[in-house]
Amino acid sequence: MWDYTEKVKEHFFNPRNAGPLADANAIGDVGSIQCGDALRLMLKVEPTTEVILDASFQTFGCGSAIASSSALTEIVKGKTLDEALKISNQDIAAFLDGLPPEKMHCSVMGREALQAAIANYRGESWKDDHEEGQMVCKCYAVDSALIKDVVQSNGLTSVEQVTHYTKAGGACCSCHEQIEEILVEVNTARCEAPAIEKKEPGPVAEAEPASKPKLTNLQRMRKIEEIIESIRPMLLRDHGDIEIVDIVGKNIYVNLKGACMGCALEAATLGSIQQKLFEDLGEYVRLLPASQLEMAR
Amino acid sequence: MTPIYLDNNATTPCDPAVVAAMLPYFTEQFGNASSIHSFGNQVGLGIKAARQQIQALLGAEHDSEIIFTSGGTESDNTAILSALKAFPERNQIITTVVEHPAILALCERLEKEGFVVHKLRVDGRGRLDLDEYRALLNDRVAIVSAMWANNETGTIFPVEEMAEIAHAHGILFHTDAVQAVGKIPVDLKRSQIDMLSLSGHKLHAPKGIGVLYLRRGTRFRNLMRGGQQERGRRPGTENSPGIIGLGKAAELAMQHIDTENSDVRYLRDKLERGILAKVPRAYPTGDLNNRLPNTSSIAFEFVEGEGILLLLNKLGIAASSGSACTSGSLEPSHVMRAMGIPYTAAHGTIRFSLSRYNTLEEVERVIAAVPPIIEQLRKISPYWNEATNAPAEKAFAPAYA
Ligand SMILES: Cc1ncc(COP(=O)(O)O)c(C=O)c1O
Repeated sequence: MWDYTEKVKEHFFNPRNAGPLADANAIGDVGSIQCGDALRLMLKVEPTTEVILDASFQTFGCGSAIASSSALTEIVKGKTLDEALKISNQDIAAFLDGLPPEKMHCSVMGREALQAAIANYRGESWKDDHEEGQMVCKCYAVDSALIKDVVQSNGLTSVEQVTHYTKAGGACCSCHEQIEEILVEVNTARCEAPAIEKKEPGPVAEAEPASKPKLTNLQRMRKIEEIIESIRPMLLRDHGDIEIVDIVGKNIYVNLKGACMGCALEAATLGSIQQKLFEDLGEYVRLLPASQLEMAR
Repeated sequence: MTPIYLDNNATTPCDPAVVAAMLPYFTEQFGNASSIHSFGNQVGLGIKAARQQIQALLGAEHDSEIIFTSGGTESDNTAILSALKAFPERNQIITTVVEHPAILALCERLEKEGFVVHKLRVDGRGRLDLDEYRALLNDRVAIVSAMWANNETGTIFPVEEMAEIAHAHGILFHTDAVQAVGKIPVDLKRSQIDMLSLSGHKLHAPKGIGVLYLRRGTRFRNLMRGGQQERGRRPGTENSPGIIGLGKAAELAMQHIDTENSDVRYLRDKLERGILAKVPRAYPTGDLNNRLPNTSSIAFEFVEGEGILLLLNKLGIAASSGSACTSGSLEPSHVMRAMGIPYTAAHGTIRFSLSRYNTLEEVERVIAAVPPIIEQLRKISPYWNEATNAPAEKAFAPAYA
């Protein structure tokens, strides 16, 4: 059986705010029955202040899914919508004194329900952007969907690279065979991609760099923020986080937080994020810890 | 509150008589059975007796057909790998979609190595289609492996008939009988089964001991190389306490085989009927007319298995589930999926597996405990409408699938 904390058990056995909320004006439905998890979060939002007056949930899922939902409703009550949007899945897990790595997706589902409910209140549409797969690396809680994605988008070819990008396989090594299988699967699929999709070489390709519009400063900063945002979920899974402190020319100063800080893989983490920035931005940039900003000034 | 153990398909407690029989083999009878001196000789005699006890339980013609292994997994792996080695010109395997991972994971590996694996499908009740089976037999098939009884639903496959069909085509037949032995009568001398796996810890013997039955005259290649133990078919110094324990357990299983099919079956049926009578939208899975007498697998719609187990556990009741969440994977049990049980029910499947140690009083306690638990979980399920005590009329369709 899972090694649940007392807090998880307590919230499972005595869930807070369970059941329908009659006068809810923000409802977020997320999850999927295939994965064995589904959550409906209901909020009662005060229209002028946007304060969450009441919250309740209905969950189909395992013990930790129910506990995470219960925790979420407790966390959001009394917060404004903007404050609530800052809640990360880590906050939910931390509220419960932690979740087993395989169960972190329950807290992710909580955060998504919250986003969906707020989008529902604001009349926006919300789209799920994460996919889950089989847990591969049990040491660092990395699943197959993330590894596939990283292998695919970065053209990785070795277990070592996968470890650098995701930490998967960085500890006990028992998942190396599975990582190798993912590498083979993704890379064979890539090789088998229909030939038509290949770009025609020649003048068109040559003209390409010129055709890429130069970003304005503002656009560039937004783009950097976007890229960092896209990396955060990965760090959050490892109980870490990253925040941009300043952008000075080619130097991007960041704060690594939580488990990332001082972790044995800090340098590797920075290195792989820098690589991603470099690739997505199309220019060379340096990723530096914010502590060096003081020195630079 | 005394705990109630209804998870005997996962493992069983050792019978006290089994423990008593084993104890001397940790102390006075510590010798190596291969030794010539009296220390070894006594152990050798004990192992011989145990082999005969198991021969009797299986109805094997010769005691030399019993090979001691470390358990069900080793026996399953040995059987399949042996057949592939012994018939190098044959590269196909026929098995079923509902086998235990001891077979399925091996087959997946073999597929990667280039072997062709045919997996027989099952219908909604977990039954095989023997016509599909017949159509697959050809002279490139090295072995057919089908479980005697399914660990999740208890569904029994017609392995004796399947073995005859395989033999008619000159193909070896293996059965994983880990769940069947001790629960239903087995008489191998009257069958054409070539190999059979059994595991001690499913029949009140200890963990880490099992048997591969190998019909005399069957071509065999061992898995490991080493000494001459088990006639070289399974080298390594014998696990004498385990073997003695398994022998005793086999003897007890023979004495109780009728109890299993009368008393245990009665309790199982009472439990199943009792729960189904009180819980709406719940149904038993598997082949109800042809299953192990001790197993009941019930799908509770719109709730998730782990929650049920945690709440049962709080009341001291141990069962298990085919749900995803207890295994760490996200997909529900491959057995439930193979039978086409919808996801809304597959995730909420609970297996109750009884033994001769369970009592009527225990069964009554469980019948009383289950309905409020399901009700409690449905109350907080978005798929359920508490007011009408029925599935939510407006189907819950979350943002992503
Ligand atoms: C049908 C079946 N086969 C094989 C096994 C594996 O047996 P063992 O645990 O002895 O390796 C089990 C037990 O989990 C089983 O139920």
